[in-house]
Amino acid sequence: MSALITERPAPAQDAAPRPTKVSVRNLEFFYGKTRALHGVNFDVPANAITALIGPSGCGKSTLLRTFNRMFELYPEQKATGEILLDGENVLASGYSLANLRARIGMVFQKPTPFAMSIYENVAFPLRHYEKLSKAEMQERVEIALTQAALWNEVKDKLDRSALALSGGQQQRLCIARTLAVRPEVVLLDEPTSALDPQSTARIEEFVLEQAKNFTFVIVTHNLQQAARIADQTAFMLNGDLVEVGPHEQMFIHPHDSRTRDYVTGRFG
Amino acid sequence: MKTNPIVRRRQISNAIALVLATVATLFGLLWLVWILWTTVTQGASAINGALFSQMTPPPGEDGGLLNAFYGSAVMIVLGVVVGTPIGILAGTYLSEFGKTSFLAEAIRFINDILLSAPSIVIGLFVYEMVVLPMGHFSGYAGGIALGMILLPVVVRTTDEALRLIPNQLREAGLALGLPQWKVVGHIIYRSASTGIATGVLLGVARISGETAPLLFTALNNQYWSTDLSAPMANVPVVIFQYAMSPYDSWHALAWAGALIVTAFVLALSIAVRLFLRPRSFK
Repeated sequence: MSALITERPAPAQDAAPRPTKVSVRNLEFFYGKTRALHGVNFDVPANAITALIGPSGCGKSTLLRTFNRMFELYPEQKATGEILLDGENVLASGYSLANLRARIGMVFQKPTPFAMSIYENVAFPLRHYEKLSKAEMQERVEIALTQAALWNEVKDKLDRSALALSGGQQQRLCIARTLAVRPEVVLLDEPTSALDPQSTARIEEFVLEQAKNFTFVIVTHNLQQAARIADQTAFMLNGDLVEVGPHEQMFIHPHDSRTRDYVTGRFG
Repeated sequence: MKTNPIVRRRQISNAIALVLATVATLFGLLWLVWILWTTVTQGASAINGALFSQMTPPPGEDGGLLNAFYGSAVMIVLGVVVGTPIGILAGTYLSEFGKTSFLAEAIRFINDILLSAPSIVIGLFVYEMVVLPMGHFSGYAGGIALGMILLPVVVRTTDEALRLIPNQLREAGLALGLPQWKVVGHIIYRSASTGIATGVLLGVARISGETAPLLFTALNNQYWSTDLSAPMANVPVVIFQYAMSPYDSWHALAWAGALIVTAFVLALSIAVRLFLRPRSFK
């Protein structure tokens, strides 16, 4: 756990050693007429783990789903403001959705294996992006499964149905599938909330291990999880981003009384 | 021990309701069993080797139903070939693209009307559209009519099977940057394949006993014919014709045909339950 120990009151402007990968600027989000995010501003540092915490319905998953414009599937949902990926606004109408989703991958709360073999689950999306020889493909699949800490469990049954794996294995397969196309940012939407503690631990280890290769943004209900793995934590409440900062600030000396109440378990 | 009068009254009304419901069920089943029993006893005695090796005979001679079985099989296959692709594509449009738009809801409504349209209407329609312009009855017209009966079944079951797939699976595919057609064609179809296949098989069961649409389209043929552009023999119309006749040998063949069609539909239904119910792949 590498908490960045800083005393700065405005962590969004924090001169952290890591460059900013994603900047959220004045982001507002609407479900029909209901406003779910009120002018959210914060930065996601590159090659670090950013956790979004807050009570149910506070907008953390909503915020995450704007990063890859997943909300656009639903015509009544709308986002305004900017999300800058390496300085480029991905919410701009001209920004290519396919390109965006190749650069920002996402893993969902419930495992979503495709009804294919374990191998194909990883190879199928990869084939969409790259024309690889059989040997190269096998290598890439192995790398992705190894990164997701699943390789040793499945290497002898790659042609079996992914649906036969356990929930924790399925989730790691979904992670491997996401990593295989080599995204820069990986969004994790409560990836362990449906899993047992052991599977949860493996996924946390994976995130810590791979933070050097990817930028992670993880939504979690589990405060201990945020405290265990996050370099930076953002606390959200009722559609507002209340406070964002490194571990030390958020869990030991929060600036905002609402953050203090939440992390000490007084509500939420 | 004395029972509370309210409890007593409830027990009595419960018993009455139970008896009435059971009697109604038995009454309904009685006819079904009777029909099946008659079909089996009358049909079984006429089942022999000749049934599957000889053509439909003229009155007073021995024969079989080979040309009718062949014609039925060919026209059912043609119906499936006509109805399935359009049905699956239309069902896919409804579930994946139209969703709850006005157009999609209107198509669903009209499709449901087509689903319950009397099959004789479809027969007349194909008669107008295909038989009259061609100038004669034909196997093609029969297959098209069957396809039009199959179509709404496949549209409906495909739409429903696809809508049962959780949205998370679509999101998971799209989040990988895959285009929607790839997500639907490679991911969603796989998960919905058993539901879609069930729809097609149920549609086949539905069309295999249809008589009215074939009467106006394929008509019948007493002889062996593989020519789809000519009138074609088929089991339902043969049953209809032979059952109405005064000849005992024709009656026996009609019963045998009825038994075979019934057994085929039963076998299809069992196959759907046995093989397609558990979610499997490969």
